[in-house]
Amino acid sequence: MQQTEKHREYWRRNLQITGVLLAIWFVVTYVMAYFAIPLAEINFFGWPLSFYMAAQGSLIIYVIIIWFYARYMRKLDLEYGVDEGDQA
Amino acid sequence: MSATVSANRAFFNQLRKYYTFYTGGFLAFVIVLAIAEQLGLPKVWIGYAFLVATIGLYAGIGIMSRTSDVAEFYVAGRRVPALFNGMATGADWMSAASFIGMAGTLYLSGFDGLGFVIGWTGGYVLVALLLAPYLRKFGQFTIPDFLGARYGGNIPRAIGVFAAILCSFTYVVAQIYGVGIITSRFIGVAFELGVFIGLAGILVCSFLGGMRAVTWTQVAQYIILIIAYLIPVVWLSVKITGIPLPQLVYGQVLQQVTAKGDELRVAPAEVAVRDIYKKNAADTKARIDALPASWEAGRAAAAKRVEDLKAANSTGAEIRAAEKALTDYPASADDARSAWNKQVASNNAKAAPPFQHATPYPTNKTGAAGEAERDTKRWNFLALTFCMMFGTAALPHILMRYYTTPSVQQARQSVFWSLFFIFLLYFTAPALAVLVKYEVYHNVVGSAFASLPGWVAAWATIDPTLMSITDVNRDGIVQLAEITLGGDIIVLATPEIAGLPYVISGLVAAGGLAAALSTADGLLLTIANALSHDLYYKMINPNTSTQKRVLISKILLLIVALFAAWVTSLKPGNILFLVGAAFSMAASAFFPSLVMGVFWKRANRWGCIAGMVAGLGTCLYYMSRTYPQFIEWFGTTRMDLWFGIQPISAGVFGLPIGLITLIIVSALTKEPSRETQDFVEHVRYPNLRGDTVRTAAT
Repeated sequence: MQQTEKHREYWRRNLQITGVLLAIWFVVTYVMAYFAIPLAEINFFGWPLSFYMAAQGSLIIYVIIIWFYARYMRKLDLEYGVDEGDQA
Repeated sequence: MSATVSANRAFFNQLRKYYTFYTGGFLAFVIVLAIAEQLGLPKVWIGYAFLVATIGLYAGIGIMSRTSDVAEFYVAGRRVPALFNGMATGADWMSAASFIGMAGTLYLSGFDGLGFVIGWTGGYVLVALLLAPYLRKFGQFTIPDFLGARYGGNIPRAIGVFAAILCSFTYVVAQIYGVGIITSRFIGVAFELGVFIGLAGILVCSFLGGMRAVTWTQVAQYIILIIAYLIPVVWLSVKITGIPLPQLVYGQVLQQVTAKGDELRVAPAEVAVRDIYKKNAADTKARIDALPASWEAGRAAAAKRVEDLKAANSTGAEIRAAEKALTDYPASADDARSAWNKQVASNNAKAAPPFQHATPYPTNKTGAAGEAERDTKRWNFLALTFCMMFGTAALPHILMRYYTTPSVQQARQSVFWSLFFIFLLYFTAPALAVLVKYEVYHNVVGSAFASLPGWVAAWATIDPTLMSITDVNRDGIVQLAEITLGGDIIVLATPEIAGLPYVISGLVAAGGLAAALSTADGLLLTIANALSHDLYYKMINPNTSTQKRVLISKILLLIVALFAAWVTSLKPGNILFLVGAAFSMAASAFFPSLVMGVFWKRANRWGCIAGMVAGLGTCLYYMSRTYPQFIEWFGTTRMDLWFGIQPISAGVFGLPIGLITLIIVSALTKEPSRETQDFVEHVRYPNLRGDTVRTAAT
């Protein structure tokens, strides 16, 4: 089958958004955990920040990342005409 | 097309109606039992009522969803709406370890236990971004199917089958173990019998209806388990803070726990108790140094005590106790050495002051030694998180669930719902751990032994491994250092701590059972499908009729389940380690090949084969030479930990080595064929007009 430029662009944009979201994922998981000791000094509504992030904050961000990705890709599918039509 | 849409919508509405009725019915059932309890229904009947009602319900769904259609059996007909697939994945995902063990781990290890929480949720980001939509587009039945189609030939598929069975089996043993513990504690039967009762509950559903029955049962199980988890925590939160939203308000409680913890670290009575442990450890250490003479002396002393008591006409109880001490005495000097070493370790552990709950990577050492310990803990935290995340994105029983949605779009949404439903439990667990710690610090510590809170006294008599308190310094007051808690008690005892009626305890046990059964169902199905679909149908006999394939799958399911139950009844080690090991193995074996299969066209068959073998091989090698029980089983010699990383996180070595091997070997060998590259294009786009590749099976 023939790949059009438009298809390649769709894939590039998919990779871009995937990369950006993975970067956010990496920061809230690993950078936060690596610097947990200094971050524990910061008070966040009663929690030490690093505890709050590991117990709740990161989880909320994960949920948002996945929600955003599904929404973004749905629009992208439509924009580039690779959506599944009515079936979805 | 629009006919499909309206059919899907009608199906969704119908499901919503059923499950709303079902939830209402279940709550009504709990209320009726609560009233019956007030009227004097005995506790053990409440236990039976929950057990019979829930397993009967799962069986009912199983019977209603029975099928011998291939697509229904393997992927529930591919019409599970995103929301319901999310609930089913949630139940599939949350095992006995999450439901019962997690809050306990958090109670015992504070911040450092949160590695499991972020690991087991953050992994879904990888599932959503890197795997689920592409696997759905591929649209076959199993994960080895993908490896077979992407890399071609039977070898990648065969390795996939082996790895899928290895990690699912390890994981399922841990689940059946959990089922055995809950049923035995819950209705008071022997552990082995509990295992087989639970097994019946698992089989009746997956055996009859495969993925279809498992999916609809898992939705029902999710509803039970989340209700069972949240009710007691909310109640406890009201009791302590007056606000029914524990997740929002426990920051204040955590501050009080920290303040009280500071006090307890230096309180004179606590220090006195710890000094007694320290002395015990030193005494035992001295006896070890004096072996074997001390062993003989000890045995002679124990024998003499029995003689003396008999000669002095003491009471029967005293004589029996002395005789027991004699029979329990180590049989040889070598036995004594290992038994006493354990005593030294446990006394030393109790002699250490407690860590602060919220402090990351705590240490009691100072200076350079403290820094080193802190660093090791930090790297282990990161490694554990890594393995749990990448393992999540590689465990076949979870990935398989995304084959069941009607479209790619719904697969993406479905990951969102999955994580949302999992999140509801996982962001509650840390709150529960803190609330229980508050209770223990404020209402148990400092109370008189004569008037312990009711739940403490009750649990201490039921099961001393979960709760035991000894008045070590004989002052009649409970010190923190005198309490020994097993992690599992946190969830099981919460209803009593919160002062709820017994019916809620029954509900919690039913929730734990639902968590363990649903995960076991998904895992057994994965194993049976790998054997019947991939091994038998795809590799041995491709001409099998569809009926025969389903029949073979059902028979294998039975055999695997019985085998797993038999292995479980041998009680093989620590549940948390087994679960963690399954994640490390899955991450090492599958993750590189699956993700590279989508994102790197150049990845080829030899790269996949070499990568999977190298990754899984490294992981297994590390575990077999560092985990004590494996060293014993396989007769290997112990080696030093690499960078101080614990065996549970072996995937942190396996995955990168597998990935690098895959890249190098692929680059050195021939580029994949045109068809394979078209295949990669095909899975990358939800719908490619003019696409000639067809992968979706119906």
